[in-house]
Amino acid sequence: MVVPVSYYLTLSIALFALGVIGVLVRRNVLVIMMCIEMMLNAVNLAFIGFADYFKAVDGQMFVFFVMTVAAAEVAVGLALIVAIFRNRATVYVDELNILKW
Amino acid sequence: MTLTIPTFNLESIGPWITLSIFAIAILLADALSPKGNRAAAPVLAMAGLAMAGLQTVFCLWGRSGMDFARMVYVDNFSFFFYMIFILGTGLTVLLSLQYLKDYDKNLAEYYALLLFATVGMMIMAASSHLIMIFLGLEIMSIAVYVLAGLFRDDARSNEAALKYLLLGAFASAFLLFGMAMLYGAAGGTLFLSELPGRLAGGFKPLTLLAIALLVVGFGFKVASVPFHMWTPDVYEGAPTSVTAFMAVGVKAAAFAAFARVFFLAFPALQPDWTMVLWVLAVATMTLGNIVAIAQTNIKRMLAYSSIAHAGYLLVAIIAANQLGAVSLMYYLLAYTLMNLGAFGVVILVGRKKDSYLSIYDYAGLGAQHPVLAATMALFMFALAGIPPTAGFVGKFYIFSAAVQAGYIWLAIIGVMNSVISVYYYLRITVLMYMKPAEADLGPITFAPGLTATLLLTALGVMLIGVFPGFIYNLAVNSAKVFPGL
Repeated sequence: MVVPVSYYLTLSIALFALGVIGVLVRRNVLVIMMCIEMMLNAVNLAFIGFADYFKAVDGQMFVFFVMTVAAAEVAVGLALIVAIFRNRATVYVDELNILKW
Repeated sequence: MTLTIPTFNLESIGPWITLSIFAIAILLADALSPKGNRAAAPVLAMAGLAMAGLQTVFCLWGRSGMDFARMVYVDNFSFFFYMIFILGTGLTVLLSLQYLKDYDKNLAEYYALLLFATVGMMIMAASSHLIMIFLGLEIMSIAVYVLAGLFRDDARSNEAALKYLLLGAFASAFLLFGMAMLYGAAGGTLFLSELPGRLAGGFKPLTLLAIALLVVGFGFKVASVPFHMWTPDVYEGAPTSVTAFMAVGVKAAAFAAFARVFFLAFPALQPDWTMVLWVLAVATMTLGNIVAIAQTNIKRMLAYSSIAHAGYLLVAIIAANQLGAVSLMYYLLAYTLMNLGAFGVVILVGRKKDSYLSIYDYAGLGAQHPVLAATMALFMFALAGIPPTAGFVGKFYIFSAAVQAGYIWLAIIGVMNSVISVYYYLRITVLMYMKPAEADLGPITFAPGLTATLLLTALGVMLIGVFPGFIYNLAVNSAKVFPGL
């Protein structure tokens, strides 16, 4: 059974939209980072869907790079969250307001 | 199945390799040297930058073509940007020495991260493939996220870094989604040079969606309205030397990739994207300049000024002609010099732990430190675009490019915005010369690195302002890589 590319795309756009909404409405930094991960995975899905449809392999290559970079970004993000938690004992973005947002 | 291994020439990415090796050497030297001995790191960083600069000028300049299985452009456009990045990073290293010592944060990893970020910028400027643009962007961004949070125990620095990271990752996701849509619209290619041909027969709404998402991603990195929200906060909270680096390096790299993608990949869709960018450019210039008037913190003021400058630079991209590309390169070089100079003065006047960052702290500077005040006045005139400085020539090129391309109104709005910007730049000058000091400013220690930076940037701003010919010719030579313009 072949899954049509439109299915991949619909799922990917839905995931991406969910991620965007999550980033915009959630207050917990950790949840926001998870939502960003969800957006990146939506991108991966779109790439894989297209790569399969066009039988072109570079879309699949791209996914590896996205995953690697996402891991690095999360490592830095978690380190920053730990640093902030030590100073301020909070992980809520609306409490991080020394600088005018 | 046959597997062919593409031939490549390591020399074409020589500067990347040099800087990476030196960055690793800095980390190793720090790990192996006795505790507390940090003198080697800045020296190694400067040596690496000097070597990368020499490689660019003597081994690479003048070459053209692609390498690494067509993943990397080896052309004068990227080399011109290499030189801007090397210059910007080198001056940042000089700026940072005393500043970081005052904070007791003269860490080796700071210099290593600066070099890694520079490598990322170079990758962005030279990439011919969307994967490379993404990788370059992230190598640069992740290093700069860490740099922004360098003062680990300072709540402001933490907050700035976290905001930058969250919004940066958010924008990267948009950029990536744009790339994925472009991949679909182009029928499975990610090479910039192949995109226009493939997109011609593609599904147009998907292409337009991709362009919109790419504009969001790049717009965030260059700090254009409405994706500028992070800029003032991050610029204010990050260490001043890192702010200087972000304001010049990150912006220049993002514009290099922005210009390359839009000039090479979407020439046929120009009417579509110029319209969007027209609105963005006008909004960016106007909002940046008007909000800058209300700022009393000098770093926030310079942040809004950098937003306004992103607006001017967008005009160069909208013009999309040879002069537009030339003016983009010239202006980014001029902007690097004048902005690093201005941040150098901010560090000098801010002194121990940034205690003097209000613009009213500049009152009376003209009487107490006439040379320093004159230098700051020069940078303010340059940023406002007053002749005979480099800022004037850059703006002149940008607005001529817009007029040449038929965007008369855009040029008029740009010039009106420059007039608005004169208000807040001159306010600093007026404060320095015409207001008595509110309190005794106290001694300012002129650290050798900072003094050298100010001297070099002031000289540079004057020199390329009075004799723009040399840089102009180099830029014209580099802009030839876009034959379609």
